[in-house]
This record gives sequence, C-alpha cells and structure tokens, in this order.
Amino acid sequence: MAANRKKPRLGVWKFASCDGCQLTLLDCEDDLLAVAGAVDIAYFPEATRAEISGRYDLSLVEGSITTPHDAERIHAIRRRSRKLITIGACATAGGIQALRNFADVQAYTSVVYARPDYIETLATSTAIADHVPVDFELRGCPISGRQLIEVIAAFLVGRRPVTPAHSVCVECKLRGTVCVMVAHGTPCLGPVTHAGCGAICPAYNRGCYGCYGPMESPNPVSLSHGLAALGMDARALQRVYRTFNANAPAFRDESARHGK
Amino acid sequence: MASRTIKVNYLARVEGESGLKVVVRDGKVRSAELSIFEPPRFFEALLRGRAFTEAPDITARICGICPVAYQMSAVHAMENALGVAVGGPLRELRRLLYCGEWIESHTLHIYMLHAPDFLGYAGAIDMAREHGDAVRRGLELKKAGNAIVACLGGREIHPINVRVGGFYRVPSRRDLAPLAEHLERARDLALDTVRWVAGFDFPDRARDYVFVALRHAREYPFNEGHIVSNRGLDIPASAYDAHFEESHVTRSTALHSQLRGGGSYLVGPLARYSLNFDRLSPLAQAAARDAGLGATCTNPYQSIVVRAVEVLYACDEALRVIAAYEPPDQPVAIVAPRAGTGQAATEAPRGLLYHSYRLEADGTIADARIVPPTSQNQPSIEADLASYIDGFLDLPDEALRHRCEQTVRNYDPCISCAAHFLRLDMDRG
Repeated sequence: MAANRKKPRLGVWKFASCDGCQLTLLDCEDDLLAVAGAVDIAYFPEATRAEISGRYDLSLVEGSITTPHDAERIHAIRRRSRKLITIGACATAGGIQALRNFADVQAYTSVVYARPDYIETLATSTAIADHVPVDFELRGCPISGRQLIEVIAAFLVGRRPVTPAHSVCVECKLRGTVCVMVAHGTPCLGPVTHAGCGAICPAYNRGCYGCYGPMESPNPVSLSHGLAALGMDARALQRVYRTFNANAPAFRDESARHGK
Repeated sequence: MASRTIKVNYLARVEGESGLKVVVRDGKVRSAELSIFEPPRFFEALLRGRAFTEAPDITARICGICPVAYQMSAVHAMENALGVAVGGPLRELRRLLYCGEWIESHTLHIYMLHAPDFLGYAGAIDMAREHGDAVRRGLELKKAGNAIVACLGGREIHPINVRVGGFYRVPSRRDLAPLAEHLERARDLALDTVRWVAGFDFPDRARDYVFVALRHAREYPFNEGHIVSNRGLDIPASAYDAHFEESHVTRSTALHSQLRGGGSYLVGPLARYSLNFDRLSPLAQAAARDAGLGATCTNPYQSIVVRAVEVLYACDEALRVIAAYEPPDQPVAIVAPRAGTGQAATEAPRGLLYHSYRLEADGTIADARIVPPTSQNQPSIEADLASYIDGFLDLPDEALRHRCEQTVRNYDPCISCAAHFLRLDMDRG
C-alpha cells in the first residue's frame, strides 16, 4: 500500500453526541481544503454522500456508546481502522449524557418519551476506550480546532501528537490572565482540568468549568477544599464535577465524595 | 407500474443520524417516513435538579451546530421565570451573537451541505475541484460568522460567555472593530452568494404551508417577538403549549410536533422570511427581489436562496449593532432565584426553538421542556416527500433517492437536536 503512495483514507464516525467535534473539522476554514487534499475522505456523512467501503487508515470517532447497536458498531469500526482516535468529551469520557450513569435510565426515559417502550438505550453512556483499544484521545467539549489539525498532521507523518497534559492554570499563565480564584474569589476547575482550550473562561472573567476533563494526576480533593472555602456546599461541589466529563474517573470519584 | 421502495439508510450532509423510506404503489407515493435513530441523550431529564444558571451551558450541548440558539432560548426562558428584563447594549450583543451563528450555520448549509445537491456533487470537497472559488468564498463567509461567535462567546462551538442576565465579560468598542472590517467584506460575499444560488435550477414545487415564526414590532426576529402564523396565530411564547402538541412515533427518537387540531406546519427560513419580509434591511430586500423571490416563498427548494438572503441580512444587522455599540456599565443584570415558570422561543437558524422551565425557590430546575425546530418540521418534511416525489417517479432509483435526500436537506434538519425531545406530560404543577 505504501509502495504507490496512496493517500491515507479518513473515516469520521458519530455515536451519541452533538456533532460539534466533527463540525470543528469543517470549522477549520483555513485548513480544510489542505486536509482534504492530504487524505481521501472515505466516510464522513456529515460532509459527503460519497462512501468508500473497505479499510480506513485513520478513524476519528465522535460520541459515546449508549445503545446495544452502537456497542457492536464500534467493534466493526475498530476492525476496519488502522488508527482510531477519539475526539471530544463524549468519546473520551461519555459526555453530558453520562449523567444517566448516576441515575435510573428508566426514569429518564419516561421523563422524556411518551412511549418508553419505543426507546432502546443502555443504562450507561461510556467512552469508546471502554469498548475497544484507542490509539489517541483528544479532549474537550468541544475539541480545539488547532489541536485537531495537530493530531491529523502528526498522524500523516507518523509521530505522536503534541497536546500538553498539564492543567488549564499553565495556559492562564501563558496567556497572562490573572488568576480568577486568587484575585476575585471565583470558583475555578482550572487546577485539575486538562489544558487545550487556551484557558478561555478565565480570560472572560469566569471560572473554568472543566469541559476538557481531568488533567493527568489531578488533585481534586485539595481543590474541593479551596472551593468549599469560597462558599460552595456539598451539592454545588458534586454538580461542578458532574458535567461534560462526569464519568471521567477523577471527576466521577471526586463528585461521589460529595453525595450519592 | 411496479411497486418501488426507495430507502436511504443513512442520510448524509445533515447533522445527526437519520434515514428515510418512501413507498410507491401503482405510480403513487403511498407513504414517506423520515426515521431518526440518533441515540437519545435525555436532556430534559438530566436538567432536573441542576441550577438555573447551568441551563445555557448544558443545553448548548444539544447541538454543536446551533449552540447559541439553545443558549438564547435558555436565558430568555430563565429570565422570564425570574422576572428579569435585559435591555440596552446587552440585548444588542445577544443579537450580534445570533447574527454570528446564523452566518456560520446557514453558510455551512448553503455551501457544504445543500449546494452539492444542486450542482451534482457528493459533497463540498468534491465540488471544490470544479467550483474552488465558490467553496473558498463560502469558507471565508462562514469564518466571518465564526469570528463573531468567537469574539463575543469565547469560542465558536459551545461559547462560554453567555449567562442568565447577560454575559461574563462584554467587549469594548475596540474589541469589535476588527469584526466590522471582516463583516464589510463578508457582506459583499453574502451578496455574491445570493446571486450564485439564485442561478441554481429549482424544481417547481410549492405547497400551501402553515408558516410559523416569531414576529417583532420593528426587527427581523432573533430573540424576541410573538409566535405568529400565516393563518392568524399570534401568541406569546407562554401560550405555546395551548396551541402546539407533540407525539411520539415508533420510528423516531424525536417527537413530532403538530398544531393542535391543525396538522403539520413549517418553521425556519421560509416561514421567517414569508412572515417578516418587511422587517429585512433594504439591502436584503433588494437582493431578494433581484434573486427572483417575492415577499413570500413557498418553494422549499428555494430555501437555499432564502438562507442566503438571511446571511446577507445578518451581516448587515451585525454591522449596524457594532456601529451603534456603547459598552454597558455592567456585563450582567441582577438575577435572584425564585420559584416560577418561564418560557421563551427564539429563532435558531433552522427555525423556532422553544424552551420551558419550572424553577424551585432556590433556582433548582424542577422541570424542563425543549422543542427544537427539526421535530416541528418532521411532519412537514414527510408531507413534502409524499406530495413532491410523485412528480419525480420517472427518475431511475439512484436519481430519485438523491432527489428525496435533497428534499429533506431543504430543511437543514438538525437530527442531533431533534432526538432529545419529548413531551413532558407529568409534574406540570
């Protein structure tokens, strides 16, 4: 295959999600045509009807596993993919829909649907890596376009993507943003949250709300002491870790310390 | 004629997962069904027990294509529940943010999702090989919309700067200056876009639609106005439930909306335009006339032209807001929790988006209900398929399948949005 220098074949797959992470690729207005020139887009239904069957050199997977059918479908995609990269909080941690993992999914279904018997769903929303081996996970709700281009570029030359695993705090320092927690007493998840967004929220005078999920080796117990000192009660502390990455182990465990 | 079944198992170039099935017997369309198999994500259920302040960030995640619409409907519904009025520059900034989303979302649909149907390509990437200039124009125009959302919202998808009562940080006049420069150019591109799509070949089809959209005393509608129709409906959002109802059909994880006792209706660009032509800027009205549109449009295949006119309007309106902008003293109005209910409807790019909340005294969400545009349009999409496809039955299967897909894409359906919606028929206390 390498002999005739065929362009690598790209597949973009969707599971339970809002489509925002796939859209991030179409939002890379300056780079989109260059990316499209470097790969063969073999499957990307949000963008094209064309479909090339067979194997994929790179599969980008958006969304979480929430139905029995999807739990099978991801295995078929894995088998046909040389490299499989998950994009976004749903695919890497189960997404906002993983709040069902802390509740009774039957009750959820009957709140939303008049005929719960028409709905087929799993009791949990889980990350792709809980089902199949994943070659790389790109964080964020949504992912960063800059990081997505880096991941694709790195794949094309066969190197590891450069996506720092430190906290959002480092990004605030790089950006020159004054610490909102220290200077204004604003609760902020920056100290435990994975970098990548560019520390947007503190630059807009609000605390980080953790949409990139936990950093490597976070210390949320310590942060929770600080947040409690700023006036957050147990219920607020539980909620602050239970949003878009609620099922990421570090956030899940910390939220459980503050209530069932 | 023999019987034929046209199936599209996975509809491309829409946001989300759906398929369609048209059954033909003896030369007539017997049934047309759009099925939505987007997995349910249960937003109304998971909002229960959350703080009212969290609704804008959580509901944004219903749709990565139109998060601003979800944030706007959420904040207005909450403000109605809490008795808060947001006016002056904060109100204008919300309009500006919505302009950005309309430009971004409509341009995505015009250039990347819908134009390939008219020009005979599988997608915009293929189309770029022979229509490179057009695709590049589309990308630049789309970028102008994204630039507004990124400046005002912090980022393009799931903006972080919207809150109940206003914003976390408001821009200075200097922050907005580069946007104005970008938008001057975008307005020219939008005018070129109207002319470009006006030259497409449109099937000559029309139905006597019931159009439903917001209407405001002075403005083309984004955030505010009464819900009106071309059949005399004229109600505030708080009366929505008395006039519309949803039902759950087996083939869909989205609910179907109907007028109570009145059948299907249409929301979105065609309805907005036809009910509000007189509220468009003079430039947008003139461009619409030049493109061959009247003051109303009932051919859904021309929705691509109407979208282009709305992009032009949004560029014009964004420039007006920026030129008149004076920063407010405070980025946010004072908001205090209390028990209550609040409803709001705003105009998502795809049409009317209704939110309703019931709050407890401490601001905890007790009930949430959301009706997105695509579940309102789903019966209308099926009615279009059933009534238009008859005239295309002499086409071979592949061409007919393509025509069916195009007919669905007329609506720019957002399946991700449509799939979480529900009828909440309990706890209405």
